[in-house]
Amino acid sequence: MTRQQLFSRGIRDSFAMAVGILPFGLIFGTLAGAAGLTLWQAVGMSLLVYAGSAQLIALSLLGTGASVLVILLTTFIVNLRHVLYSATLQPYVGRLPQHWRLLLAFWLTDETFAVVQRFYLLHGDKPLAQWYWLGVASSLYACWVGSSLAGVLFGQAVPDLASWGLEFAMLATFIGIVVPLLRNRPQIAAALAAGAVALATLHWPYKLGLMAAAFSGIAVGVLLERRQTQQHPARELRS
Amino acid sequence: MSYGWLILGMMAITFALRYSLFAWPNLKFPPLVRQGLHYVPTAVLTAIVVPGMLLPDGQHWALTLDNAYLLAGLAAIAIAATTRHLLATIGGGMLVFFGLRWLLGQLPL
Repeated sequence: MTRQQLFSRGIRDSFAMAVGILPFGLIFGTLAGAAGLTLWQAVGMSLLVYAGSAQLIALSLLGTGASVLVILLTTFIVNLRHVLYSATLQPYVGRLPQHWRLLLAFWLTDETFAVVQRFYLLHGDKPLAQWYWLGVASSLYACWVGSSLAGVLFGQAVPDLASWGLEFAMLATFIGIVVPLLRNRPQIAAALAAGAVALATLHWPYKLGLMAAAFSGIAVGVLLERRQTQQHPARELRS
Repeated sequence: MSYGWLILGMMAITFALRYSLFAWPNLKFPPLVRQGLHYVPTAVLTAIVVPGMLLPDGQHWALTLDNAYLLAGLAAIAIAATTRHLLATIGGGMLVFFGLRWLLGQLPL
């Protein structure tokens, strides 16, 4: 296949993901305006950071008066999963020139990873496969930035939007992500520990309690998983 | 312009994490770190959701029947547990949330 064919096939294969991204971009844009970001700050965040869950979490933390440092630390923890994506796709980018690697790394989101990873699983490391990757990544990026902009404009068109309680959309999003993950005891225990510590540390300054809660949840999950695999070595835990 | 610095900082951190293994081909993780990464979404998101439902204003406990965040949050949990569908959870949760706030006269209408 030629570059153009691979590129347009990438765009086609990412269509379903693009539709799935739309509502989140709209939610982000609407809430960013309500949280006090200007149009350029909101769209700039989508253009430059390009990490949906970290961006939504940053908004919810801004609303509770968290410090910049805590938001950056949270961004680091929440986006740590991207290191795993980077590790998984690393064998396919080794031979690419530096500017390709920089560009593809910037665009390495959950959705792009899902589509591109599947392509490499099905077709192996084709020559010019980076053009497929480019098609996927650029169309999903355009969709994220465009829907963020649309969300900001929507927020500006509706007066009094801040008092509607739209931030509940974030809670619902996070609930929709977490609940299906609670499939085994370590995950449930991690959630219980994180929730309990978050409540106990609410009075800590700069939202530092969020860090304590996150690390407690992670520690409890890992400890329980290790204990379970020691007791039942045959049973593989899925996460 | 502290939002500007926040955005640049988030950009630098996110990019560094995504580029990490593309830059160092020989880097490998200890199993403990890999295991820990599996609990990051659960721990971080739960730590945001639980106080958001129980103390919507971030200051005062609201274990009351006029707390739409709590009731609609519980409804969203039920929807997520039964459907395991993200958009259904958001849509259903928002519907319950705005329905309750409308019934309770909490909307600026």
